[in-house]
Amino acid sequence: MSEPRPPSPDPAGAGNNALTRRGLLYSGAAGVAAVYGLKSTSGSAAVRRLTRSAAGTVTVGSNYSDAIPKKAFAATLKKFTQTSGVSVKLNSVDHNTFQEQINSYLQGQPQDVFTWFAGYRMQFFAQRNLLTPIDDVWEKLKPQFSPALQAASKGLDGKYYFVPLYNYPWAVFYRPSLFKEKGYTVPKTWDQFIALAKKMKADGNPMVFTDKDGWPAMGTFDYINMRTNGYDFHVRLMAGKEAWDGAKVKAVFDHWRELLPHYNDGILGKTWQEGGTDLQNKKGGMYVLGSFVGIQFTDKAAHDELTFFAFPQINPKWGQDSVEAPIDGFLMSKKAKNVDEAKKLMGFLGTATAAETYLATDPNDVATNKRASTKKYNALQKKAQKLIGGAKHISQFMDRDTRPDFASTVMIPALQQFINKPDDVASLVKNIEKQKKAIFGQ
Amino acid sequence: MAIDIAADRQTDGVRRRRRAVRLSVRDRIAVAVMVGVPLVVVGGLIWFPTFASVALSFTSWDGIGGLGTIKWVGTENYQQIAEIYPPFWPAFRHNLIWLGFLALIATPFGLLLAYQLDKRIRGTRVYQSIFFLPVVLSLAIIGFIWQLVYSPDQGLINNVIGRTSQSGHLIDWLGDSSINLWAVLVAAGWRHAGYIMILYLAGLKSIDPSLREAAAIDGAGEWHAFRTVIFPALRPINIVVVVITVIEALRAFDIVYIVNRGRNGLELLSILVTDNIIGEASRIGYGSALGAILLVISIVPIVVFVWNSFEEKNVRVFRFTGRRT
Amino acid sequence: MTSATVAASRRRAVRRRRVHLPRVGLHVFLIATAVVWLAPILWAVFTSLRPYADTNEHGYVSFPHSLSFTNYKNAWIQGDIGTHFVNSIIITLPAIALVLLFAASVAFVVSRLSFWFNVPMLIFFMAANLLPQQVILTPLYRMYLEIPLPTWMSDSGLMYDSYIGLIAINVAFQTGFCTFVLSNYMKTIPSTLNEAARVDGAGIVRQFFGIILPLCKPALAALATLEFTWIYNDFLWAIVLMSTGDKRPITSSITNLQGVYFTDTNLISAAAVMIALPTIVVFALLQKQFVSGLTLGASKG
Repeated sequence: MSEPRPPSPDPAGAGNNALTRRGLLYSGAAGVAAVYGLKSTSGSAAVRRLTRSAAGTVTVGSNYSDAIPKKAFAATLKKFTQTSGVSVKLNSVDHNTFQEQINSYLQGQPQDVFTWFAGYRMQFFAQRNLLTPIDDVWEKLKPQFSPALQAASKGLDGKYYFVPLYNYPWAVFYRPSLFKEKGYTVPKTWDQFIALAKKMKADGNPMVFTDKDGWPAMGTFDYINMRTNGYDFHVRLMAGKEAWDGAKVKAVFDHWRELLPHYNDGILGKTWQEGGTDLQNKKGGMYVLGSFVGIQFTDKAAHDELTFFAFPQINPKWGQDSVEAPIDGFLMSKKAKNVDEAKKLMGFLGTATAAETYLATDPNDVATNKRASTKKYNALQKKAQKLIGGAKHISQFMDRDTRPDFASTVMIPALQQFINKPDDVASLVKNIEKQKKAIFGQ
Repeated sequence: MAIDIAADRQTDGVRRRRRAVRLSVRDRIAVAVMVGVPLVVVGGLIWFPTFASVALSFTSWDGIGGLGTIKWVGTENYQQIAEIYPPFWPAFRHNLIWLGFLALIATPFGLLLAYQLDKRIRGTRVYQSIFFLPVVLSLAIIGFIWQLVYSPDQGLINNVIGRTSQSGHLIDWLGDSSINLWAVLVAAGWRHAGYIMILYLAGLKSIDPSLREAAAIDGAGEWHAFRTVIFPALRPINIVVVVITVIEALRAFDIVYIVNRGRNGLELLSILVTDNIIGEASRIGYGSALGAILLVISIVPIVVFVWNSFEEKNVRVFRFTGRRT
Repeated sequence: MTSATVAASRRRAVRRRRVHLPRVGLHVFLIATAVVWLAPILWAVFTSLRPYADTNEHGYVSFPHSLSFTNYKNAWIQGDIGTHFVNSIIITLPAIALVLLFAASVAFVVSRLSFWFNVPMLIFFMAANLLPQQVILTPLYRMYLEIPLPTWMSDSGLMYDSYIGLIAINVAFQTGFCTFVLSNYMKTIPSTLNEAARVDGAGIVRQFFGIILPLCKPALAALATLEFTWIYNDFLWAIVLMSTGDKRPITSSITNLQGVYFTDTNLISAAAVMIALPTIVVFALLQKQFVSGLTLGASKG
C-alpha cells in the first residue's frame, strides 16, 4: 500500500476517562443501547458520520490523517462550504487503515465522497460497480486538465469516475549543500549514478534505501523497469500481460543488483520516515522517494534547499521520458446518499481554487489543474511541476497500477526477498510469474 | 428378585423423571433462555463462521459483490498455498519455532520461577508481581515496548552495546530476517513465562507438604526430588500448561503485526490469513483456506484439553446426577 | 528423643547451614531476573519522560537533562487518547457484564440441573474459546456487513463498525472460559441450598439470582478482573470490525501513532504507557482476584 502521506492521528478535543467500577452485572439491554445512542449523537471534536444527512450536506471520508494534509484539506472543504453553501461532514481515518479497509468500507456505509488515487486501483472499484460515474461533473472540468489526466480519471469503461486534486513526483532527492561539500555532481546516466552511489557509501553518507513498510522499494523497481524496458512494457507488466520470468524483468533485477551494495545498512528495519530523517541530517546522500519526503524535514533551512534530480537514464531509447507521479483525488461511492451535493463537491474539488487552497497549507505537491496558479510555488514545487509537465508518460506507482492483491501479497514479499537474496533472481521471478497467473487468471 | 429389581429401576426412573418434570413451565422457559441466548450468540458468532470459513476455503471470491459472485474451485487454494505461495512454509516453520521456544524455554523458565518463588523467601510477593506484570499488558503494547528496546539507532540494546549504524556493525534486531524471529520470541516468552509461573505457583501450593518432606528426607538432591516427586504431582497443571502453550503458539499475531506487519522473517499463519482477507488484497477464498489450515492444527490441542477436562468432569457430572435426594 | 529424630534434626541443622550460600545465589538470581524483567517497561517510562529535543541532542541512552510530561500531553492530544479510552470503557464494561451473565447462566444449568446436553454444551462453549481468531475472521466480518441494526443502536446502520458488534464478538469469544470456571465453582456450592429454595417454591430464576449468583461473588470478581484485561487488550477484533477511527478502543488505536511523521519514539512511549496504565492499575489493586481467576480455571475446582 503506497503511503504518499504519513499517517498521524487527529488532533481533537480530549475525552474524559471515566473508569467506573465494574458494577454493571445486571445492566439492562435498554440502558446499554441508550449509551450507544448517546455516543452516536454526541460527537468528538472532529468526526462523525450520519447515514442520513440533512439536505444541503455532503459526507466525506478522508485518509488525510496527519497534521499538515489534514489541515489543508479542512481548509479546502471550508472554502467549498463558503462558496456553495453546502455543509460538509468529515470522517477522517488514519491513513493506512483507510486503505486497508477500503473493500469493507465501500460495501458498508461509505461516505458520499472519499479520498483515493488514480490508477488501476480506482478502475478496479469502478469495474466492481462500487463507484458513481461522474461524466456530468467532468463536462465543466475537461478543459482544465491535460489529456493524460483526463485519461487517468476514467474507468475501464471509458466513463469518468475520478477527480484529481494534486500529484507529486517520485525522483532522487538530495541536499545540494551536501553535494557541494563532498564534490558530487548530479548523474544523468546509470553508470554515473552507480559511481556516485559508490562514492557516497565510501564517504559515510550512503544512498538511502528503506523497505520495512514494503512499498517504498516499488518506486525503484518501477523506474528501473521504465528506464530499461520502456513505459509500455511497464504498463503491460503491471496489467499482468507480460511474463515476469522473461529476460526483460531479469534485466531490471540485474541492474538493481548493481545498486544494492551501495545502500545504507539495515534496509528492512527502516521506515521511510527514518530514511527522510537521514537525508535531512546528511547521514544519507540521496533517496529515491516521492516528494512527500519533505514532510520529514523539520529543519527549515534543510527543507528550503531540498531538491531532486530525475532518475537517470539506462537505455538511451527511453531516456528519461517517463515520470512516476501518483495522482491523489476523490471518488464518489455508489451508495452516496446526497448525490447532488456530492457532485457539487466533486466539481469544486477539481477546480483550480480547490487545488490552490489545498497547496497553500501543504506545499509538498503540485496541482493537477492546468489553471491553478503557480505563483506561490516554492522552488521544489516549480521543479516538480516542470518534471511532470514535461513527461511523455506518467505512471502511478506499482501498487496503484496493478491489482491490489498482487501488489500486497506477492510483490511486497518478493521485493523484500530480493533485497535479502539478490542473487537468487531466477527462482524469485519464476514464483512471481506463477502467482501472477493464479491471481490475474481469476 | 427380578421383579423387585425391575420395580426398583422403575422407581429410580420415575424418581428421576419426576425430578425433571418438577420444573414448571416458567422454569423451563427460564432454562431455555438461560441456555438458549448464550448458545445463539456463541453458535452464531463463532461456530457458524468457523464452518462457513471452511466452506469458503474451497471457493474463489474477492469479497465484493454478493454471495452470488462466489466461485467454487475445489482444492485449488490449498494446492497454491502449498506449492506457489512463498510465505506459507516459512510461516509454518515459524509457528513451529514459536511453539518450540515457548515449550522448551519460556514454559520451563516460568516453572523455574514458580519453583523458586514457592520457597517463600523474602519479597516473594514483589517478585511475583514483577514477573507477572507483562501478562496484563496487551501484546500490541508489548510489541511497541520491545521495539523501543530493539530499534537499530535509538533502541536500548544497540546504544548500550554500541552497535548502531553510526558505529558500524549494525545489528538490526527486527529488520534482519535471520534474527528477528528470535528477538520477537524473547518478547513473547517474557510474557508467557509470567503466565506459566502463576499457574505453577498455584499448582505447587496445592501439593501435599508431606510429599515434599518425604522427598527431602530421602536425602537425594533437590533436582531429584523435583523430578521424581514434585513434577509428577503437578500433572493436572502440566496438561493445562501444555495446551495453553500450544494455543498461544498458534494464536501468535499481535506482536508480529505491530513490528512489521508480519513480513521478512516474521511470517506466521495467522498473519497470512489477515494479509489475504483484511487489506485491499481481499482474496477471501485463499485466506479462508489458510484459516482452515490453522483450524485443523488447532483442533488437536483443543481436543486434548476438552478430553482432559471431561475425564474428571464426566465423573463429577454423573456423581451429581446420580444422587438421590 | 529417639535417635531417628536426633539424626533428623541434626540433618536439618546441617542443611540449614549449607543452605545459606544457595539462598544468596537464589536472591541474586531473582533480583537480576527481576531487573531484566522490568527493564523494557522502565525503559519505555524513562523514554516517555524525556523531551524530544533532549534525546535528539544527547541520544536515548544518556542522562536526562530535563524530564517532563510534555510527551504525555502531546500523545493525549495527537492520539486522541481520551476518546479512545472512553470507547474502551463503552465496549469493555458491558462485555464483562454480559460474559459473566451468560457464563453464569449456562454454568448454573449445567451444574444444578441434569440434562443430557450438559456435557456437549460445555464442550461447545469451551472449544469456542480456544479457536484462533483468524479462523472465523472472514465470515464474521461479512456477516457484520449484512446485519442491519437500528440507527439508535449503531450509527453505521450495520453491525459492522458498531460498538454492539465489538461487544458481541468479545462476549462470544470469552464466554467459554468463564462458563468452564463458573461451572466448576458452582459445583462446590452444596445443592442443599437451592434445593431448599426450590422446596419453598422459588423458581429457577429466583434460585439463580437470589442464591447461587451471590455465592459466586469471589469467582465473579476474579473473572471480571481477568476479562477486563483480556477484552481491554483485544487488538484484532477492533481493527477488523471497527472502521471509524474515532470509535476504536484504545489498544487498537495504537496504530494511529505508528508512523507519526516524527517517528517520535518519546511520544509513542508516552502513549504506550498511558494505554497500559489501566490494566496495570487493575492488576495492582486486584492482584489476588486476577491470580485466583487464572488458577480457578487451571486447576479443576
